[in-house]
Amino acid sequence: MTGKTGGARVRKPVSEPQKAELIGFYRDMLLIRRFEEKAGQLYGMGLIAGFCHLYIGQEAVVVGVQAILEPDDQVITGYRDHGHMLAAGMTSRGVMAELTGREGGYARGKGGSMHMFSREKNFFGGHGIVGAQVPLGTGLAFSNKYKGTDAVCIAYFGDGASNQGQVYEAFNMASLWKLPVVYVIENNQYAMGTSIARASAETELFKRGISFEIPGEEVDGMDVLAVRKAAAKAVKRARDGDGPYILEMKTYRYRGHSMSDPAKYRTREEVQDVREHRDPIEMLKKKLLDAKHVTEDDLKKIEAEVREIVNDSAQFAQDSPEPHPDELWTDVLVESRA
Amino acid sequence: MTDILMPALSPTMEEGKLAKWLVKEGDTVKPGDVIAEIETDKATMEVEAVDEGVISKLMVEAGTEGVKVNAIIAQLSAEGEAPKPKSNGKAKTAKVDAPAQAVAETAAPEQKAKNDGHRLRAPEQKVAAAEGLHDPTLPEGVTYKKTAVRDALRDAIAEEMRRDERVFLMGEEVGQYQGAYKVSRGLLEEFGDRRVIDTPITEYGFAGLGVGAAFGGLKPIVEFMTFNFAMQAIDHIINSAAKTLYMSGGQMGCPIVFRGPNGAASRVGAQHSQDYSAWYGHVPGLKVLAPYDAADAKGLLKAAIRDPNPVVFLEHELMYGVEFDVPEVEDFVLPIGKARIRREGTDVTLVAHSRMVKFALDAAEELAGMGIEAEVIDLRSLRPLDTETVIESVKKTNRIVCCEEGWRFFGVGAEIAAAVVEHAFDYLDAPPLRVAQKDVPLPYAANLERLSLPNAQDIVEAAKKVCYRETE
Repeated sequence: MTGKTGGARVRKPVSEPQKAELIGFYRDMLLIRRFEEKAGQLYGMGLIAGFCHLYIGQEAVVVGVQAILEPDDQVITGYRDHGHMLAAGMTSRGVMAELTGREGGYARGKGGSMHMFSREKNFFGGHGIVGAQVPLGTGLAFSNKYKGTDAVCIAYFGDGASNQGQVYEAFNMASLWKLPVVYVIENNQYAMGTSIARASAETELFKRGISFEIPGEEVDGMDVLAVRKAAAKAVKRARDGDGPYILEMKTYRYRGHSMSDPAKYRTREEVQDVREHRDPIEMLKKKLLDAKHVTEDDLKKIEAEVREIVNDSAQFAQDSPEPHPDELWTDVLVESRA
Repeated sequence: MTDILMPALSPTMEEGKLAKWLVKEGDTVKPGDVIAEIETDKATMEVEAVDEGVISKLMVEAGTEGVKVNAIIAQLSAEGEAPKPKSNGKAKTAKVDAPAQAVAETAAPEQKAKNDGHRLRAPEQKVAAAEGLHDPTLPEGVTYKKTAVRDALRDAIAEEMRRDERVFLMGEEVGQYQGAYKVSRGLLEEFGDRRVIDTPITEYGFAGLGVGAAFGGLKPIVEFMTFNFAMQAIDHIINSAAKTLYMSGGQMGCPIVFRGPNGAASRVGAQHSQDYSAWYGHVPGLKVLAPYDAADAKGLLKAAIRDPNPVVFLEHELMYGVEFDVPEVEDFVLPIGKARIRREGTDVTLVAHSRMVKFALDAAEELAGMGIEAEVIDLRSLRPLDTETVIESVKKTNRIVCCEEGWRFFGVGAEIAAAVVEHAFDYLDAPPLRVAQKDVPLPYAANLERLSLPNAQDIVEAAKKVCYRETE
């Protein structure tokens, strides 16, 4: 934790993103997508097992939000977490090797897809119980306020989690105690196989904080710039000590809930329509080309660079050995200093 | 003529101080009039008149301490009725004419719903620490101070909060109300509301928030008003607190203490009377402590707060008011994971934890009168479990009775019996026996509750059985 007690540090002002930053967004979103495609491939080959929830389609959310965070801000999310880790600056090698359950993974193979952490990057998981990250993230925000830092915690969760009772328990305390937390609801329209309309009496999830005096707004979660702009406002509010904020990111996942989900609850046309008209990567690509920030050649270079990173991580994840059998017994308890 | 009786203000109250009369002899009262103030170790409460009439006689002077529940404190005569002569005011106990109604002065409605309204006395009170129970590891000449368990716990929290700025206390009613069971008395005044935090009634939420704060580098003490309510939070205790270190490959410690009363109180019914020892004892990644006396409560709670792991600290409501000797030692911290031999013996080993230690000691006294010398082991820690001390004892006594307040199925006694059979099979002269709560939800009716909960007599009978003595 780098935040110092007493007084806010000078934060860089959030301005309109410049060319380099925009290209960075494109690269980061592309990295997540190619990484996830590779993870899907490795899953099909039997190299990744268990649950594996891919983030394909939702890339703009995490990239847009992370763009305005400071190194000492914390991030916590649920089980669809690969994109969040890459966006938080964790290495693709470490994430992929955790997916394959190898020693080189972020949890030395003991966590898997849903449970990875990085103290260094202030990434606090990776939680498998739907909604659990909301009180946990609120607790991280509590620790910031307690210590007198001006760090903010971002707690990501889905439209499914937004029906969990503990979310509202956390909302209540966060607002009551003006905790520096931003709740980012990634509304990808389906809680596993149940559409939001079939699961939620109030489908406008940004309104879910009304009873707790937490303001919220709906954001086009497919537009990385809209996401960034909304996040800047919410994070500033939290950092300034004005309490929590809800951002409902309207987004979409292209793949099934997990690898075992054939996604029969929606039509192929519905998915295709989003892919063609609202794809976050394609939309930004068009903007970059239209503004002449990049040429087709530049984009190809980025694509090649990203593929190289992803292929390297896949290779690493296969070469890294399985954890030593002794690892079975380690990390159950922190050994007390005598 | 109607007797006004000393009311019980909580399920466990046995006596209290009649602090103040708000009426005098000859005053006319109506139902609902406040007639007196009563102080217990937990709170000051008002006593209301239930019937209409004239206060004919105040039987107990204001300021009297130790007035027993159901003792006659005043007499009320109907308008025009002649006051009875004084000699007629003989004490009544069970048959209550008109118990005065007690109203909590400060209790929030939800608090009342949880704690008040179930009134009757605790079956036992004030056990003086017997000689020989003192911790043998303490230096010669150490002095002791009589301290109630609740105050020992409070002292432990206060000392650790003074020592470490990262330690804070949160829970329902821990601050302004001074603790539902007055464990946190005085802490708000000393540490302020930044570090002594009243939460809404939201166990799942604040347990999760506490775990998040521990991830964020703080050392929370999360108080559950009782562990019965922690059922709502058990997901965070196990999935978030206990497992995360492992799942993160050792990156994410979770230094947090979950504490509060566990087990049966008195006449509060099945949902408020469960022993969770076995539940938490089952889970790797947790430490689970269940002290019996005030010294262990203090020394182990301090150790729990310093521990870098999540610790479930099981207290017992019926022990809070009991006084024991606490050593006057600077920074009294006990090691976690060490059982304590409370009484040495050669004929049978009695293993217990928390309040059951008292019953085991009582049983040992009775057994001694029959020529059976019982060794009483107070587990103190359920995870890690000091099986070594138990096994060494069984090697000497060749017999064991495992005592616990919870249900026997998959219980603490089952675990200990299995360990003894595995590691000291050839030493056993009798099959291990278990004394536990009957396999039913705890009933409310006084007689059924007594039948359901294990007691010293059950332990005596079990001990006689493993010694092949005639049993009743």
